[in-house]
Amino acid sequence: MDTSMDTSPGSALDHETIIDVHAVRRRYGSRTGARPEFEAVRGVDLHVRRGELFALLGTNGAGKTSLLEVVEGLARPSDGTVHVFGQDPYRRRSLVRPRIGIMLQEAGFPSDLTTEETARMWAGTLQESRPVAEALDLVDLRGRSSVAVKSLSGGERRRLDLALALLGRPEVLFLDEPTTGLDPESRRSVWELVSSLLDEGTTVVLTTHYLEEAERLADRLAIMHGGRIVREGTVAEIVGSEPAHVYLDAAAVRPDDLPSLPDVVAPTRVDAGRLVIPTRALQPTLATLLAWATEHDVALTGLEARPASLEQAFLTIAADHLTDHPTDGTADHPAAGHTRQEAAA
Amino acid sequence: MTTLATEPPTSPAPRAATGPASRTRPDGLRARLRRTGSLVRAETRLLLRNRTALFNGLALAPAMVAFLHVTGTFEALAAADPGASVGALALVSLACFALMFVVYYNLASAYVARREELVLKRLRTGQVTDAEILAGAATPAVVTLLGQLVLGGAAVALWIGLDVPTNLVLVLVALLGGTFVFTTLAAASTAFTRTLESAQLSTLPIMAVALLFSGVTLPLDVLPDPVQVIAQLTPLHAVAELLGTGLTGVGPDGATYSFVESFAAGAAPLAVLAAWCLAGAWLAGRYMSWEPRR
Repeated sequence: MDTSMDTSPGSALDHETIIDVHAVRRRYGSRTGARPEFEAVRGVDLHVRRGELFALLGTNGAGKTSLLEVVEGLARPSDGTVHVFGQDPYRRRSLVRPRIGIMLQEAGFPSDLTTEETARMWAGTLQESRPVAEALDLVDLRGRSSVAVKSLSGGERRRLDLALALLGRPEVLFLDEPTTGLDPESRRSVWELVSSLLDEGTTVVLTTHYLEEAERLADRLAIMHGGRIVREGTVAEIVGSEPAHVYLDAAAVRPDDLPSLPDVVAPTRVDAGRLVIPTRALQPTLATLLAWATEHDVALTGLEARPASLEQAFLTIAADHLTDHPTDGTADHPAAGHTRQEAAA
Repeated sequence: MTTLATEPPTSPAPRAATGPASRTRPDGLRARLRRTGSLVRAETRLLLRNRTALFNGLALAPAMVAFLHVTGTFEALAAADPGASVGALALVSLACFALMFVVYYNLASAYVARREELVLKRLRTGQVTDAEILAGAATPAVVTLLGQLVLGGAAVALWIGLDVPTNLVLVLVALLGGTFVFTTLAAASTAFTRTLESAQLSTLPIMAVALLFSGVTLPLDVLPDPVQVIAQLTPLHAVAELLGTGLTGVGPDGATYSFVESFAAGAAPLAVLAAWCLAGAWLAGRYMSWEPRR
């Protein structure tokens, strides 16, 4: 991977690579060969620099969680190498773990303990820990301290997950879909919390299904599909390669009547009753269109101009790769033999 | 939730300054004990919170002794073999059954339950080692085992009578070794136990073999000689022999030993138990299944 891709200025510290993943593959399959072998991660390189938020996006079954588990040291890669702080996170677990915090996509609690007892148990296993009350404050669960975990709502449990991951004051925080199941307000609060952790210098590796979340938080991101990284860069870089769009009601005007518009990158098409004009630059295209409409007294009903978004880039990439590599559509692959989280990764 | 993270966390120290060098060694014994201790405290709290299970577990032992006492079973045994110490025999049986049901069966179920609830998966994301996780989760079983032995022992002493043990060291080694072996075998059994319900079936083979060959359920001299040799190599047999020799001073050969001599008499079962401890540790490390297969 080309690490020079990020052109934003920063100190030497900002550019220190603390996660280095090289040619990693991860295969599942029974030793006896009774089940077909399935390769969830198919040769991934990536680097995460100190202090940044690196987001890993992908369709269901893209291999995000499978990759993340290898980086976290929860599993050994089938091939390739992983270094976190220059150490193998699987073999040198006792050196790496005290410096990282892991929030899994799905994990359980002993249901009869209270929120505070759970956090206290976890804190007791850490080399260094925040005060339990502080960690619960961070996720706004202090008021639920004496409630049994089994009585917490799904969103509250998710926040307890996060509190535990934060207890050890990690230098690197792994968040696997941290806001899934949260209401919009809680999600926004988690975003604020993550931002404040980034401000302090914490490095964050995040997977998410919410593109708005990645767009808002990520310094750099990678999009996985079929076990490979298919795009990588800053949000601006990834979005920048996508066209913006102007939309009109198809009934308002016939495509042939339109004038020649500047910066249009593809032929105008009709989609679901709307005229779609893809353009590299919204302003000149719109200016010409509006001037033409005024001059010819045309009412541009349903006029809408939309800049390129990460969501659009993501959908384009996913669609491209689905048509390019139909066999890579792994969402429903019979990946028996590994866990539901992995299958859902 | 509206106030979440309105103020930044109070850890402004630059990350680079808090490298691992400034922390205690994670592999040190103190760190290990501290981590395990935290799990043990949580498990004890859970056990005390579930009073019904705790009461049932503890009351079972004296209840069984009382039942055998009331039905005259002990008297019949004593009459059949005037030289034998019926009290010691009762205590050995109690310990063997407790190792099977309270430690092995109970823990195999508990490990599977924790696995299916994804509690083990979470614990493995932290700083505790695999061995510490297994040890922590074994707490309720070990507490119940000790409680049963103390209460059952008291009941035996009260209703049957119990002499001062000849060699308490052998007794403790037998109990510690037996607990370790059957804890590790419980962990290894998770490999072939898919659900909590199936633990009732999947644990049967090991329990049946261990109990049959232990010598406490069936006199071994009814078995052919080669089978007797095999029986002597099973872990519960070694535990039962060490307990018997330690409690009464009477070896398996029927001879009576002093404190010092009893160590030599226990050499063979000690070796068997030690071998099983090694084998159990290996099996647990190799076959413990930490995540549900779905």
